[in-house]
Amino acid sequence: MADTRTISAIVNGKSHTATIETRLTLVDFLRHELKLTGTHVGCEHGVCGACTVLVGGISARACLMLAVQCDGLEVATVESLAADGKLNTLQQAFQDNHGLQCGFCTPGMLMTLTEFLRDHPEPNEAQVREALSGNLCRCTGYQGIVDAALDAAKKMRGTTR
Amino acid sequence: MKPAPFTYHDPRSVSDAVALLATHDNARVLAGGQSLMPMMNFRYAMPDHLIDLNKVSELAYIRVENNTLNIGAMTRQRDIEFSADIGQHCPLLHAALAHVGHRQTRNRGTLGGSLCHQDPSAEMVNMAALLDATMHVVSQRGARDIPLADFAVAYMTTALEPDELLAGVTFALPAKKHGHAFVEFARRHGDFAIVACSTMLALDSHGNISNATIALSGLSHAPLRPAAIEQALLGQKPDAATFKAAAAEAEKISAISDAYVSSAYRQHLARVLTCRALEQAAAHAKEMQHG
Amino acid sequence: MSAEKRPDSLTGFGASVKRKEDPAFLRGEGQFVDDIHLPDMLHAAFVRSPYAHAKVGAIDKHAALELPGVHAVITFADLPEEIRRQTMPLLVPHPAIKQPLLPYALAKDETCYAGEPVACVIADNRYIAEDAAQLVEVDYEPLPAVNDCRAAIEDGAPLAHAGAESNIAARFPVKVGDADRAFAGAAHVFREKIYQHRGGPFFMECRGAIAQYDAQSQGYTLHVSSQGSHRLKRCMLDMFDLGDHQMRVITPDVGGGFGPKGSFYPEYINVAVAARLLRRPVKWIEDRRENFLTTHQERDQYWDMEIAVDANAKIIGVRGQLIHETGAYVPWGIVLPWITATTVPGPYVVPHFKLDVISVFTNKIQTTPVRGAGRPEAVTTMERLMDRVARELKLDRAEVRRRNFIQPEQMPYKVGIIFRDGRPVTYDSGDYPASQAAALKTADYDGFAKRQLEARAQGRYLGIGMANAVEATGLGPYESATVRVATSGKIVIYTGATPQGQSHKTTLAQIASDQLGVDFNDITVVTADTATIALGIGSFAARTAVNAGSSVHMAAMEVAAKAKKIAAGMMECVEDDLELSGGYVRLKSAPDVKKSLREIAVKSIGMPGFSMAGGLPPGLEHTAHFTPDQAVYSSGTHVAEVEVDIETGEVKIVRYTVAHDCGRVINPMVVEGQVVGGVAHGVGNALYEQLAFDENAQPLSTNFGEYLLPMAADVPKVDLVHLETPSPLNPLGIKGAGEGGTISAIGAILGAVEHALEPFDVRIAEAPISPQRIVALLGEHARGRTL
Repeated sequence: MADTRTISAIVNGKSHTATIETRLTLVDFLRHELKLTGTHVGCEHGVCGACTVLVGGISARACLMLAVQCDGLEVATVESLAADGKLNTLQQAFQDNHGLQCGFCTPGMLMTLTEFLRDHPEPNEAQVREALSGNLCRCTGYQGIVDAALDAAKKMRGTTR
Repeated sequence: MKPAPFTYHDPRSVSDAVALLATHDNARVLAGGQSLMPMMNFRYAMPDHLIDLNKVSELAYIRVENNTLNIGAMTRQRDIEFSADIGQHCPLLHAALAHVGHRQTRNRGTLGGSLCHQDPSAEMVNMAALLDATMHVVSQRGARDIPLADFAVAYMTTALEPDELLAGVTFALPAKKHGHAFVEFARRHGDFAIVACSTMLALDSHGNISNATIALSGLSHAPLRPAAIEQALLGQKPDAATFKAAAAEAEKISAISDAYVSSAYRQHLARVLTCRALEQAAAHAKEMQHG
Repeated sequence: MSAEKRPDSLTGFGASVKRKEDPAFLRGEGQFVDDIHLPDMLHAAFVRSPYAHAKVGAIDKHAALELPGVHAVITFADLPEEIRRQTMPLLVPHPAIKQPLLPYALAKDETCYAGEPVACVIADNRYIAEDAAQLVEVDYEPLPAVNDCRAAIEDGAPLAHAGAESNIAARFPVKVGDADRAFAGAAHVFREKIYQHRGGPFFMECRGAIAQYDAQSQGYTLHVSSQGSHRLKRCMLDMFDLGDHQMRVITPDVGGGFGPKGSFYPEYINVAVAARLLRRPVKWIEDRRENFLTTHQERDQYWDMEIAVDANAKIIGVRGQLIHETGAYVPWGIVLPWITATTVPGPYVVPHFKLDVISVFTNKIQTTPVRGAGRPEAVTTMERLMDRVARELKLDRAEVRRRNFIQPEQMPYKVGIIFRDGRPVTYDSGDYPASQAAALKTADYDGFAKRQLEARAQGRYLGIGMANAVEATGLGPYESATVRVATSGKIVIYTGATPQGQSHKTTLAQIASDQLGVDFNDITVVTADTATIALGIGSFAARTAVNAGSSVHMAAMEVAAKAKKIAAGMMECVEDDLELSGGYVRLKSAPDVKKSLREIAVKSIGMPGFSMAGGLPPGLEHTAHFTPDQAVYSSGTHVAEVEVDIETGEVKIVRYTVAHDCGRVINPMVVEGQVVGGVAHGVGNALYEQLAFDENAQPLSTNFGEYLLPMAADVPKVDLVHLETPSPLNPLGIKGAGEGGTISAIGAILGAVEHALEPFDVRIAEAPISPQRIVALLGEHARGRTL
C-alpha cells in the first residue's frame, strides 16, 4: 500500500492540509496538488534551479525535497511575489531589462534573487553572476537577468532609504 | 524521474533513528537530500525505508573544544558557512565551502551527507582528509570512531554498516600560526572539482617549513594525503624550487580516469594545483608569521 | 492634444517596447503544457530500450498491469492498424536520401538507439506509471552497435539497422565551378581536418503532450510543447488517417525549443492512442533523462577540407569531404548537412567549391537542426581555413578576410549553389566589410596587440579571434496571419507562428499597430492553435519575423483599408480623407469626426436579411499569406577575446563583440536578447557541451552534472553593434535574428584560443575545445611555472 501522511504547510501565507504519498516531491505537491504551477520542473536532479522556492525563508530546490518534509513549514513560491497584484521591484526589473524570454527558468531566477538581494543589497556584477550560478537559462545568455538583478538592487536600495 | 515507493520515517532522536536502521532492511538515511534525492529521482537508489534525519536536532551542532572542531552530521553547509566560530578557528573550511555547490544546495546540504556520499572530489571530504577528521558513528550496537583514512572503502562507498549512521565529525584544528590554501579546478563554478588541493604550511623561526599537510582530491576514490611529499617539504625553504619539486612528485601519483577526464590530465592538475596551493599557503604563512 | 492621440508611434515597428508576455511569466501564471490539468487525466511513462541496438522479442506486461492504478500497457502489437502500418513521416524528402529509415511509434522488432520507446504505460499518476514501466519485461537480444560515423562507413562495419544495405543514409555533392581544375593552378593549398561534436538544444522545459479524444467526432485535441502546431497536426492526420476536423493541435507557452521541438516524436502518437483507448485525457511530460536520451541533438561532423589561394591570399577554391552523423534515423532528411554545405562560402568570394557530403547512420539519437541548424559547423570550418591562410602567408587575419569579402555593390550576389529551398543561393543584401570593420572597432582590435603584450609580461595568454557569417533566414513557404477586429472593437491576430521565447506576441502586435493606429497593447496575438487559422508552418529557422511579420503587416494593411472603405460609406466621405488612430477612423481634417473600429466592425458583418453594402466581403478581417521567393540573408561578425590558463587549459572569455545585421529591426531590445542568448549557446558548443557515448553507443551524459551548460559566470557580457541593411524581398525589410548569435561564436572562440597559444604553435581543430585537450596539445608547455 502506498505510504501516506497528512501534512499541513503554509504556502504563500495560506495554510494547506493534504494527505499525500510520502514519496511526493515538494515541487510536484506545489504544482499538481496545490495547482501552483509557477514553480517549474526542469531537471529533477537539483542542477537547473527552475524549481527554486523559499522554505522557511531560505532557498531550496523543490525537486530535492519531499512534500512531507514541509509539514509545519512555510513555503514561498513565485506566486507570492506580486501579492498585491502589482509586479514587485525585482519582477518589474526583469521586464524592464528583458530578463526573460521563454519564461521557464524565470520563477527559479526570481526566487534565487529574492533571497540574494535580501542578503546582499549592494551586489556587484560578479557577485550576481555567482549567485545565479545555480540557475540555468538557455535563452537569455544571462545578460538581461544580471542587468535586472543589478537594476532591482539599485531600486530596492532607493525605496528602502 | 520520480522516486520509487518507500516507507518514510522521521525519527526525532538518534536512538530512534538507529532503532529504525536496526529493524529495517534496505533503509537509507536522508540528510540534506542534495545527493540522495537526485539518485532516488533517477531510481539509482531505491530504498524500501527512508529515514529522514532532518528532525533529529541533536545531530546539528558546531563546537570548538580543545583544539578540535566538532560538527554534527546534520549541520547544514549553510550553518558552517555562516559560523563565526569556524571563521575564527578554521577559516580554510570557509574557503573550501565557497566552492561547494550553490546557495540553494548549501542551504539544505549537510556535512554528514557530503561525507557519506563520498564524491571523490567533494570539498568537504578533502577538508576532512586535510584536518585528520574522525568520524563518529553510532548504531544500536554502540558507537565507534573511524579515522577518515578508513572511512572511504571504495568509490562512493563508506565503511558504514547498514545499521550505522554518521553522527558527527571531529576535525583537528590547525596550529595557530600557519598558512593555508584551498585550490581546485572545476569546469564551472559550483561543480565538483576535477582535482582539488588543500594545504597547510607552518614556518619555523628561520622561515623554513616546519609542518606541511596536503590533501589531494580527484586522483582516487578518496582524497590522498601524500606523506612522502609532506615529509620532503620539512626543513625546506618555501621557495619556487621547493614547490616545483613537490609538484613534480604530485604528478607521479597514479590517478583514476572516466569518460570525460583522463588520468594524465588529473595528474597534470595535481602537479599544477599542488604548486599553486603551496605558493598560496606559503604567502599566507609568511603573512601570519609577520602579522 | 486629445487624450486619444495615437500613441502607436511609440510602440510600433522599431520601438523597444516591454514585452506583453512578461507579466504572466513573472507572476508564475504562464501556461506550459505540464501546467494544464484536465479532469480525469491519466499519465504516461515509457519503457525504453536500454540498448543502443537490439532485437526486441517477447514483452510481458502482466506484472505491470497488476499494479494498482495502472490502466494500460501499450506495445507495438496494441497500436491501431493505421499506426502499425507506417513509420513516422520523413519531414523533408529528397532524392539524395538513399535509405529513408524512420522509426515506428513503438519499436516493432528492433531498437536503434538507447531510449527508443518500446512500450507506453498509462497510470493514475506519473509515479505509478514509472513503477509499472519498471515491471514491463522485454526480451532484448543486443546487436552490435555503431557508435562512430567514420567507423560506420568502413568495410565490415556493423550495421546500425539490421538488414540495411549500408550505414549511408545519403550522399550528395555540392559544387560551384570546377574546383579540381582551379586547385591545380593555385599558388597555395592548405588542408585542415576539423571535428565538430554533438550538442543538444537542452531547453529548460522538456517536451510534453496531452491528448484528449472526443468520441463524437472521433477526433483529438493535442496540447503539445512544440515549434509548430500546424505541421504536427499534419503529421498526426497522416498517421491516424483523419480528416482536417478531427485533429486540433494547440501549443501553449513553450519553454525554449531551439529546433528539436520542431520535430515529430513518437510519444505524441502514443498519448493520442492511449486517450482513444481509455477515453480519458493522457499526459506525458518528458523528464530530463528522457530528454538526454530521446530529444534530437545536432551533428558530429568530420571535415577534411582544402583551401586554395593565390599569392595575395585571394580564395581560388574550397573543396573536401564532410561526414555527417544523422544518428539512428533521418526525420529531417538531409536538411541539416545541406544547410551546412551551402553555408560554407559565407561572406567570401569562393569561385570554385566542391563538397562531398555523406550522411551516416549510427545507433545514437537522431541529429536534426539545433539553433544555427548546421551553419555553426560551416562557419567554424571556413573561418578555421581563413585563419590558416593568414598564418601560412603571415598576414593579419582580418586582412585576409577583407581581401575576400563579397562587396556590397555585388548585391544581389549569386553564390552558385542551390539552397534547401530549391533556389539558387542569392544573397539579397548586406555589407560584410562594414560588419567586420564595425565589430573590430568595437572590440578594439587595433589595441589588442598592446593588451596581449602586457598580459604576456604577467604570464597570461590572451588571444583574439573573429568569425564572419551569412545566414539564410526567413525561409518559406509562408506563415499565414489573420487580423480580425471583433464587433467589440477588440483586435486579435491569429497565426501559426509558435513562439518559444522569441516575443512574437509583442513584435507581431507592434507591426499591426502601425497600420491599425492603436497601441500594441490593444492587440492580442493568438499563436499556434490550429482551430484559429487554417494554415501554418511554425517557428524555426529564424523565419517568423519575416514570414508571419510580413503576413501580419499585409493583413493589417488590408483591414485598415477596409475600415476606411466602410467608414467612408458611413461618414459619406472618400477614403483618402481618412486615417486610423487611437482606435478610430478619423477625418484627417477634423479628427473629432470619427467612427470607432467597433462601429465599423459591427457594420462589416452585415445585418440578417440585408445585402452587404458596397459589395465588400464581410467581416473587418483579413488573412494574408506572405510567400517569400527565397531566403533573406542576415549576416554578422563575432570577435572573441580570451585568456587561456596554459597550466590548467581553462579558457575565459574576457571580451565579446557582435556586429549583427538582420535588416530592419522590429524591436531592438528583443533582437539584442536573441543575439546575446545565441552567443551563450555558441559558448557552450565551443567550450563546454559534450555528449559522451561508450563503445556500444550507450549515452553516458544523461544529466546536467555531466553535460555542462554555460552558467551565468561562464558567459561573457556581449557588446552588440546593430547594422541595418534592409532586405528588398519583403515589405518590412526584415531578416531573421534568432540564430545569428550562435552561428559565428564557435569559430571566433576557437580562433581566439589558437591565437592565445600562438607561442606554442598549437592548432585547434575541434569543438568543443576542453581544458584537458588544450593541456594535451600544449604538452610540456602546460607545466608552465611548475617546470
